[in-house]
Amino acid sequence: MEETGGSRKKGLKRKRASEDPQEAAVVEDGATESGGQPPKANAFPPGFSISEIKNKQRRHLMFTRWKQQQRKEKLAAKKKLKKEREALGDKAPPKPIPKTIDNQRVYDETTVDPNDEEVAFDEATDEFASYFNRQTSPKILITTSDRPHGRTVRLCEQLSTVIPNSHVYYRRGLALKKIIPQCISRDFTDLIVINEDRKTPNGLILSHLPNGPTAHFKMSSVRLRKEIKRRGKDPTEHTPEIILNNFTTRLGHSVGRMFASLFPHNPQFIGRQVATFHNQRDYIFFRFHRYIFRSEKKVGIQELGPRFTLKLRSLQKGTFDSKYGEYEWVHKPREMDTSRRKFHL
Amino acid sequence: MAAAGARWNHVWVGSETGILKGVNLQRKQAANFTAAGQPRREEAVSALCWGAGGETQILVGCADRTVRYFSTEEGRFQGQSHCPGGEGVFRGLAQVDGTLITCVDSGILRVWRDNDKETSSDPLLELRVGPGVCRMRQDPVHPHVVATGGKENALKVWDLQGSEEPVFRAKNVRNDWLDLRVPIWDQDIQFLPESQKLVTCTGYHQVRVYDPASPQRRPVLETTYGEYPLTAMTLTPGGNSVIVGNTHGQLAEIDLRQGRLLGCLKGLAGSVRGLQCHPSKPLLASCGLDRILRVHRIRNPRGLEHKTPHLLQVYLKSQLNCLLLSGRDNWEDEPQEPQEPNKSSPEDTEVDELWASLEAAAKRKLPDLEQTPGAFQTRRRKKKRPGSTSP
Repeated sequence: MEETGGSRKKGLKRKRASEDPQEAAVVEDGATESGGQPPKANAFPPGFSISEIKNKQRRHLMFTRWKQQQRKEKLAAKKKLKKEREALGDKAPPKPIPKTIDNQRVYDETTVDPNDEEVAFDEATDEFASYFNRQTSPKILITTSDRPHGRTVRLCEQLSTVIPNSHVYYRRGLALKKIIPQCISRDFTDLIVINEDRKTPNGLILSHLPNGPTAHFKMSSVRLRKEIKRRGKDPTEHTPEIILNNFTTRLGHSVGRMFASLFPHNPQFIGRQVATFHNQRDYIFFRFHRYIFRSEKKVGIQELGPRFTLKLRSLQKGTFDSKYGEYEWVHKPREMDTSRRKFHL
Repeated sequence: MAAAGARWNHVWVGSETGILKGVNLQRKQAANFTAAGQPRREEAVSALCWGAGGETQILVGCADRTVRYFSTEEGRFQGQSHCPGGEGVFRGLAQVDGTLITCVDSGILRVWRDNDKETSSDPLLELRVGPGVCRMRQDPVHPHVVATGGKENALKVWDLQGSEEPVFRAKNVRNDWLDLRVPIWDQDIQFLPESQKLVTCTGYHQVRVYDPASPQRRPVLETTYGEYPLTAMTLTPGGNSVIVGNTHGQLAEIDLRQGRLLGCLKGLAGSVRGLQCHPSKPLLASCGLDRILRVHRIRNPRGLEHKTPHLLQVYLKSQLNCLLLSGRDNWEDEPQEPQEPNKSSPEDTEVDELWASLEAAAKRKLPDLEQTPGAFQTRRRKKKRPGSTSP
């Protein structure tokens, strides 16, 4: 009790104005019990924690005081460490790297080793082989779910300016399984369907056409051209370059190849346009930029084009057949999302 | 190394790139075997079965309509025979009495003389089973009896020594509640031991049991599981339940006495292509399109082992089509080795020699294996500790 009396007095010193009416009654108690005792550093009996104080205001007070003390100590420790580092100069130990979720990623055994022959053979003979051997050039059909609203329609139009040799068609309530044979007969190589829910696009189905895999993505964070701040003028007709970042696992490779096969194989560097698919923590960020080299090392970039984020839900072998098709990979949240440090792409 | 390694493989898996992989589960290593030294997509393995003489030979059915003979002793392909006729890939391979039975997608079932050489002779017997065959399975008890089934191709049981007509031809179930014909798509067939019954799993997520001994040709029992086509099925050691897998990678154990779902197994992310249970141990090997071979433990005592649903998984870099699990008992620990002399059953002297050489190899390998079982047990102990503190 004495200590709490002392600390109450200390509190009084700091927050006299606010605490006066409440503490008035208490001051007498404190004064009578521990009249001349100088309030030391809060020496509570062991086992007492701030959360056991029943009075909310007092508890809050104690907590803020404790927090301020912690912050002071932290600052002091930092200063001390900095001084020590300066004193040691070159002999100082290297700075410890902070742990991030990307750093702590669980090693995925399906990570592709560039020297692996079997995986190289698998990739060289998969469904995209004809694109990567320069035998076919892409021709894309972009459509939406039935009766799309304005945002989705505008996204499709903007996507068709980003992806060369692409055509937008209105869906008219046709079944995908009927559209696909028609596309194949007209030599389309890929089909993109943007799914819409409540007037915003929220899904993307990407199907490689002559019997290729079908990927189903969740789409979020869609920004159309006019919503992007400080953007450049509209993209030109030049074929862009592609950047595929961080697709390391076998599944990531398959998805990366799917994206790569959307764009023609020969980028026109005159156009200085680049489309980026950046994978981080299983989210794929799509950006479209125009760059200019101001000097050897300095680049200026302007963001053009739409921007969206994708997350893979399933990869199905064969063209779109969600009921009877065989899946190469299905995202199962309760089984696969148990660890915060495990990623699949 | 390859030769000794080939003998110690517990699971043989065939892949879409034409590579036969032998996996040693003790060391979690896979060895690749190809006929030509280079993988080729045309040789994609579509069917695997054990050859004659115990588990020393494997018959590998490839997509280019050749059946290759692989010796597990020597760890290399010994010969092949070309089996033309009909179209499509092999849907079933079996061997009986020195003859080879093959069935292809378009429904041509042929019996060939097994001569291990390149010369392709004419088939001894040819049957037309009907188009769209998805599976042909041989009865392990009566090797001359095979069953076939497929898409819009009802289950038929054939006796190859008997007449050209099927012994049992299944009838479709009654029209459903809308009076529409129920479509047929038999994806996998298994013969139940100790009776004449057969179990099939269909692409319309049904599991059906047929009994040729009963007067009704319709299924005796029908249950459904999930919403996706069931692609593979295997019997559990008890004989009372089956484990089925579907195109979403969901595995379920279904009891055949009541048609009840006993439990599910998790872990697979892709379509299940091959499933096999070990004949005596509670282990299930599964492989699929997600390129990983998994071995699950199925009889979980409601206790601590439950925490590790798979025993292990091995990443094999190609999409896997079919697997063969070796049925022998001397898998893991040395204390089980004394079972080997018991296991040398009254078969050929070749098999006795095989076991003798295996024992010798085992004694040679003892210093290696001692580390791995020890590691295995410490792994188990480690996993038990967090379990033991939980209430």
